[in-house]
Amino acid sequence: MSRSSRRKAFSRFVEVLCAGAVLLALVPLFFVFFYVVQQGFSSLNWDFFTKMPKPVGELGGGMANAIVGSLIIIGLAAAFAIPVGLVAGVYVSEYPKAGLATAVRFTADVLNGVPSIVIGIFAYGLAVLPVKHFSALAGGLALGFMMIPIITRSTEELLNLVPGSLREGALALGATRARAAFSVMLPAALPGIMTGILVALARIAGETAPLLFTSFSNRFFTTRLDQPMASLTYQIWTYAMSPYDDWHRQAWAGALVLVTMVFIFSVLARVVTRRLERMHRT
Amino acid sequence: MSETLVTGREPVPELTAAPAPGPPAPAIPSKLEFGSPVRMEARGLRFFYGPNQALYDISIRIPEKSVTAFIGPSGCGKSTFLRCLNRMNDIILDTRVEGDVLLDGKDIYGPGVDIVDLRRRVGMVFQKSNPFPKSIFDNVAYGLKINHLCPRSEMPERVEKALKDSALWDEVKDRLNTSALGLSGGQQQRLCIARALAVEPEVVLMDEPASALDPIATQKIEELIYELKRNYTIVIVTHNMQQAARVSEFTAFFMLGRLVEHDRTDKIFTNPGQKITEDYITGRFG
Repeated sequence: MSRSSRRKAFSRFVEVLCAGAVLLALVPLFFVFFYVVQQGFSSLNWDFFTKMPKPVGELGGGMANAIVGSLIIIGLAAAFAIPVGLVAGVYVSEYPKAGLATAVRFTADVLNGVPSIVIGIFAYGLAVLPVKHFSALAGGLALGFMMIPIITRSTEELLNLVPGSLREGALALGATRARAAFSVMLPAALPGIMTGILVALARIAGETAPLLFTSFSNRFFTTRLDQPMASLTYQIWTYAMSPYDDWHRQAWAGALVLVTMVFIFSVLARVVTRRLERMHRT
Repeated sequence: MSETLVTGREPVPELTAAPAPGPPAPAIPSKLEFGSPVRMEARGLRFFYGPNQALYDISIRIPEKSVTAFIGPSGCGKSTFLRCLNRMNDIILDTRVEGDVLLDGKDIYGPGVDIVDLRRRVGMVFQKSNPFPKSIFDNVAYGLKINHLCPRSEMPERVEKALKDSALWDEVKDRLNTSALGLSGGQQQRLCIARALAVEPEVVLMDEPASALDPIATQKIEELIYELKRNYTIVIVTHNMQQAARVSEFTAFFMLGRLVEHDRTDKIFTNPGQKITEDYITGRFG
């Protein structure tokens, strides 16, 4: 074989290898999605979104309380974690050599690896034990703790990609360090940061463990944040463990709704990022 | 990597290995007649990047409403010195300044100096144009907003004036709300000048403002500098000797962290006082 044809053959081989790896990564995803749609779609109806759970033994009913509950708890988590994560990310990126920054970076990485059930226990000790009852707030807190390290690290990384000359430009106009960071650097990195935030949201949307002893569950519809609150993941978990076929079907439907929610977050992340980026590429 | 991102500028490596051959003689304290009051003055300024000294006893006076050019080979410290004049080096970790820099007779490194106010009075234009990823209008208005220099209602007027002063108005007046990143390189640099002028500084420092531009854009910037010196005190760092000769009244020649010679530009270029200046200007090294 000549050198050039050997080279081409090797290139072809690597291409096939790469394509194989992509396929291997996509196949499980495809199967999960396919199975969830197949199982869940048939049980999905208007009632599922609008009705409350029926008592054990009665057929029908829905998960309105859990869908709304999930959205509320995720919203709480975002309201808590986005400001904290952003500000921490800005600090770490602005003062990378500071001792505190190193500590924050290390802590964020550790926190990222902590099992979510442990985070749940932490939130339990922090927000459930003192008041002696479960609450949506505690659930939001637990999920928020999971979001913070993701947001902090992605904010830091994206800010580091913004040319330092922008900071100097702002400082040279009489901006303080903080002003330059928040009015110039942060907006410049915003498209990417939005993606980071939405990825974090998608990540926590599927968590059950941190909610077990924080927001717990609730058979009834509530929007009170100091009360236990139902959530999709918790509901799916309970229903899937039950011996009733109807509940199994509803669990599948719940899973489908959850997957769709995460999917919407991801698409939203793409759209928002692209929109923001296009604004400055005219 | 993070280091570079923070500072935007690496310590100049050539200086760290200061060569053995005796450094050029320090500048003779100039008896220059300026014909106008002195706006800024450095007295025995020394600058250190960590343990490495980058500037040695720089003393120079900068007259107002004129253009002073800093020339010298790469790594000679001219940009470092320029950045000492509005304390831009403060944000670089592990640097140290000794000596005085006076602005209207007051030491800008003295206690109680408001660095934000200093930088408003001593503006800066960078080598690489750095417009913010905002609209053209917001770029120019930025300094006004953060310094609360004028009420919101006056903003459009001030922005227009700054853009006219930087000879950019006619090119952008119909698209003030579009992104500044859509401008050409030369326009971006003039936008950065407009941004600096909007806060009405007294001194404008320019760090090789035209080095990344094509000849036509460069010419526009030079014409602009020529116009601006009527109202502003300008200090420009340049690698382009012709540019220094064209735009400046006074020229300072730096070498190995020292100020070698400071004189009227025509004198420096026709009859320099130091052999080494002549060698540099005639292109024998550098």
